[in-house]
Amino acid sequence: VTSVWVTIGGLVATTVTIKAVGPLALGGRDLPPWAGRVIVLLAPPLLTALVLTDTFARGRHLTVDARAAGLACAAGAVLLRAPPLVTVLVAAGGAAAARAIS
Amino acid sequence: LTAYRPGLRAGVGFALATFVLGASFGVVAKPLMGSVAPIVMSAFVFAGAAQFGATVVLAAGGDAATAIAAGTMLNARFLPMGIAAASALRGRALRRALEGQAIVDASWALAVRGERGFDRELLLGATLPQYPAWVLGTAVGVLAGDALANPARLGLDAIFPAFFLTLLAPELTQRRALAAALLGGAIALALTPVLPPGLPVLLASAAALIGLRA
Repeated sequence: VTSVWVTIGGLVATTVTIKAVGPLALGGRDLPPWAGRVIVLLAPPLLTALVLTDTFARGRHLTVDARAAGLACAAGAVLLRAPPLVTVLVAAGGAAAARAIS
Repeated sequence: LTAYRPGLRAGVGFALATFVLGASFGVVAKPLMGSVAPIVMSAFVFAGAAQFGATVVLAAGGDAATAIAAGTMLNARFLPMGIAAASALRGRALRRALEGQAIVDASWALAVRGERGFDRELLLGATLPQYPAWVLGTAVGVLAGDALANPARLGLDAIFPAFFLTLLAPELTQRRALAAALLGGAIALALTPVLPPGLPVLLASAAALIGLRA
């Protein structure tokens, strides 16, 4: 039980710190042009990494399961220019269907 | 206040998914932590992946240091996210640090797409409904326990990758963004088998360094 509370306290400390570092160190100031070019490019690789790890990673293992079916449905919806809410629902439906039949 | 409305509207949409994820955290955490600790954890840590990760370590018999390390690595992506958000967060240091706490995946991903750079109001507005949804969802999960359906059966674990895909897709029309995305995805997949969860996503952000070439 103690280890639970130690874990919570420790995670509060590290999470708050990690989220505060960027705004504290760089907040409210104008950055040199090269830094701006790098920061603008942070979103595509971070989003891609989140998409792929949320879909294909299970701990340290790479697997293809129902989440992949959901992502494939979502990709189809994006290509058909469906609104984001529809895309997300289609993904959930695809994953649920894949689980139901597997 | 009108400046926060688009963010609030988007955030209310995500709050439902956040509520369900929070409930599933409550269900998973209760046997290990009891009733109070999971809710306290959601209220003060407010980072889903880290909470799940740390709980899995403790449930497997790991000690607190290992659980903290696992959760911290899962949160490491908030470092580059905070750097990207920093230019939009003005005011005194304490205020900047506090506003930085609003960084969660879905809100950040919305806010980073602003045409005039990072959109502070979108970030804060979108996180505001998600916070109570996360804490309340955890409480409901703790109380209702196994009475709740398994979220995976409803396909809810496919919601977040699909959402990130909808935000990513419009970015890919630019050649340099596409190159950074492909490089970042390759880094994340290649490192997943060899590093603890969380670090591959953090290191994928290094793909943005291709922007150093003018």
